[in-house]
Amino acid sequence: MINLTINNKKLQVEEGTSIFEAAKQNNILIPHFCYMENVHQIGSCRICVVEVEGGKTLMASCVTPATEGMVVHTNSERVRDVRKVIFELMLSDHPKECLSCWRNQNCELQELGNLIQLHEFRYEGAKSKDVIDGSSPSIVRDSSKCILCRRCVTVCNEIQGVGLMNPHHRGFSTFIGPSEDELLGESVCTNCGQCVLVCPVGALKEKDSTAAVWEALYDKSKTVIVQTAPAVRAALGEIFLYEPGTLVTGKMAAALHQLGFNYVFDTNFAADLTIMEEGSEFLERVKNAFTAPDKKPVLPMITSCSPGWIKFMEHRYPDQLAHLSSCKSPHMMLGALTKSYFAEKMNIDPAKMFVVSVMPCTAKKFEITRPEMFNQNGLADVDAVITTRELGRMIKDAGIDFRSLEEGEFDSPLGLSTGAADIFGTTGGVMEAALRTVYELVTGRELPGVRLHIQPLTGLNRIKTASLKIENPLPEYSFLNGVTVRVAVTSGLKGAAELLEEIKNGTSPYHFIEIMGCPGGCISGGGQPRPVNDAIRTLRLKAIYREDEGKMVRKSHENEDVMLLYTDFLGAPLGHKSHELLHTVYTQRSKN
Amino acid sequence: MPSIYQLKRVDFIFKDEKDWKEILKNSLNRPANELINELISSELKGRGGAGFPTGLKWKLTAEEEEHTKYVICNADEGEPGTFKDREILSKVPLKVLTSMAVCGHVIRSNMGYIYLRGEYFFLQPELKKSIKEFEDYCREINFDFSIRIFMGSGAYICGEETALFESMEGKRGEPRNKPPFPSTYGYMGKPTVINNVETLAHTYTIFEYGAKRFYDLGVQYSRGSKLFSVSGDTPKPGIYELELGMSLDDFVDEFGDGDTKAVQVGGASGFLVPRKRFGETAIGFQGKLTGISLPTGGSMMLFNSSRSMYNVLDNYLEFFREESCGQCTPCRVGCQQLLNGIKAVKRGEKNAQYLDKLLRLTETMQYTAKCGLGQSVANSFSSIVENFREEMIY
Repeated sequence: MINLTINNKKLQVEEGTSIFEAAKQNNILIPHFCYMENVHQIGSCRICVVEVEGGKTLMASCVTPATEGMVVHTNSERVRDVRKVIFELMLSDHPKECLSCWRNQNCELQELGNLIQLHEFRYEGAKSKDVIDGSSPSIVRDSSKCILCRRCVTVCNEIQGVGLMNPHHRGFSTFIGPSEDELLGESVCTNCGQCVLVCPVGALKEKDSTAAVWEALYDKSKTVIVQTAPAVRAALGEIFLYEPGTLVTGKMAAALHQLGFNYVFDTNFAADLTIMEEGSEFLERVKNAFTAPDKKPVLPMITSCSPGWIKFMEHRYPDQLAHLSSCKSPHMMLGALTKSYFAEKMNIDPAKMFVVSVMPCTAKKFEITRPEMFNQNGLADVDAVITTRELGRMIKDAGIDFRSLEEGEFDSPLGLSTGAADIFGTTGGVMEAALRTVYELVTGRELPGVRLHIQPLTGLNRIKTASLKIENPLPEYSFLNGVTVRVAVTSGLKGAAELLEEIKNGTSPYHFIEIMGCPGGCISGGGQPRPVNDAIRTLRLKAIYREDEGKMVRKSHENEDVMLLYTDFLGAPLGHKSHELLHTVYTQRSKN
Repeated sequence: MPSIYQLKRVDFIFKDEKDWKEILKNSLNRPANELINELISSELKGRGGAGFPTGLKWKLTAEEEEHTKYVICNADEGEPGTFKDREILSKVPLKVLTSMAVCGHVIRSNMGYIYLRGEYFFLQPELKKSIKEFEDYCREINFDFSIRIFMGSGAYICGEETALFESMEGKRGEPRNKPPFPSTYGYMGKPTVINNVETLAHTYTIFEYGAKRFYDLGVQYSRGSKLFSVSGDTPKPGIYELELGMSLDDFVDEFGDGDTKAVQVGGASGFLVPRKRFGETAIGFQGKLTGISLPTGGSMMLFNSSRSMYNVLDNYLEFFREESCGQCTPCRVGCQQLLNGIKAVKRGEKNAQYLDKLLRLTETMQYTAKCGLGQSVANSFSSIVENFREEMIY
């Protein structure tokens, strides 16, 4: 333990604690800006400087370790004085257009301003170049608003391993982004949006799709259908000041009805469908591996629900694409079904349908633009993707008092789902959902484990693995008797690269891998409410499991509506219709 | 004037290096502790400008348990007005190489690097020859030490030791947070001794003649001699080895053109001393003599009355705005604000009191910038603005 004094208060902290953390643990707040606990601690903004007795200069408290006998002042005349000047310098290179900024009232620079209380601007130097890069369907970069905190750089490099967002040039000309002439839309950007999630100001934002949605809602000739992803209901509430981890499924459905959507469907329905398709695909690959090796089945099979991950794979491992499941992501499946099955059933012209997906994700905005996601008649499976944040804005904009809404419900027939679908929203969920079905199909018995959970696959660890020994399978799967099935789960693209390297080197021991592009999975996707940290991830994750455990039916193959869909329309998993509507192909892309 | 103020020319650094093999062999035969104590008792301080005690630096790195360690010679001589390291590396490279190897012996490292300023590319062929000769001899005496040259790419900030490591590791040249310091976490995260070219040359002198000879030169807190790069309005620009502790008065007597208005000590990141303060200013590290005492990397720029101090400052700020790495707010935004600020005052767009606001800004930079670059902008800015305020306005 280390003894130190902060603001005349004698404290004891563990060795290795930063001054900032030491202060925080003892309820002393040091104004800060670029700092993100355990993620981004580089001391670049200098807002959190403090006076350490005996020091020649002030110290950035977020990166300076507390040492024995240290005497710190966080609020001395000098500290408060320079903090004001630094904040003023930041503002001098920031457009003061707060009222027209999307981050208005949800901006960390504004929050800091509230603390620091600056009432005059003394320094009126130059402004950074305002380059607005709107080339990407997912993310917009506005360099005039960038205050160079570099959180996006850390996330893009250290967490995601994509390495696209970086500082370029020197001195005041420094800017953060892809290299000088490179546009986001033409780069290796995976559209994961983790940079958007950590941007404290309005420099990185999702590309707005709400205007298109409003337009469709006002168009009387259109049937406007909305679907919501599993993770949205576990986070949307935060926008309306609910505690993180509050499920707002019913209120969300009610709000969507009030916004004027003709049908409110649940992407979870398609998550169950995904399990049927993906599980069957996995079983087919495994079966071939044991009984028909000449068909050269590719294992491990990797999940394909996360479009950020897919694009990363296409750029980084173009030779390994055969490992990807050919399943479209759930909302694309539901879109395709809406414009075929549902249109047929309700006798609506698919061309007059407008399908909106509410997603925790920015990469889904890119996904719907892929050429594979248009049907034979040239109609898009999904017409617009809005993020959880954008839905929040629409609800506010429409004057809906979210908190006082009565609980609503999803519409049938594409609204019913099982607990297996709920857990798609968190890392490990797709794998667990798949195993609940696959294990039962193979053995005729329920998946072992406490309350159907595979404990090693839950939680926020980067790479999680599990193995499952198959004993006494049903006769048709007798070749699996005694086989140990090995699975791995990762979220965040750095972990993905680690698992892919193993595959590339031929050392991967796994049969089935779940990969989600964002750390923690969709609960902390690039389109979710800010802030996101491990504490909030955990709360959202628990909410997702609560939703699962609250369901009567918790296995995808027991979803009656899904079964009905097969008998009514699709035939069998991996059948002809499925292939046409629910499966896709991938594209080799360049590495840079 | 007390005698310590007198200007004394000495000749150690550029004295021939023909005995290098003997000095290397003798030093390698001495225990690490003895060599460290020799350096400590010489009171040699780093000659790059920051003045950290060299013996202590070696000692701290020697004490690290780590198996892999590095010796790095900082030859990224980028301070405006400094050109001494180039001369050392072309005239007495073997002294530098010898000291690097002795340092390797002391801290138990077998790998040395010379980080050579991008603009000194032309030094490479000759330097490589010397390295070859040196390494051959090391093999001959069975001492395992090799030296590589790492070419910089022309960024001033990479002279800052941690930015230099980043650059060598193939990253963007930006300073790291300290602590940890290089002695525990340097190049590739390993304990590293990084010394300026001249510092290494002085350690050679100390190993050749003993600490006493070095210590006897100079004054309290500032022992030994130092190379000065003399430029500007002087009839005899060049490199001179002088004892530390001299007064600026004596210096100007020797090197001035009779009309010296001010001397910039320590390059753009140093201080400008106006004529009225020459007498009370001594060149050394710290500790007040009778007047102020200035540390210096050895750049001495003389300005006569034909020079506009506004232009001088404008020039420095242009330099800093360009060379700031762009990482921390005070330096990135501050340098540009200072430059724009003095221009606005000069053009009459801002009143003279704006200079005081800018001085307050430099104070913030001095206290909060992440590295020495941003911290030292205040030096030239405040010393020029305070002493030549009228030139900034009219």
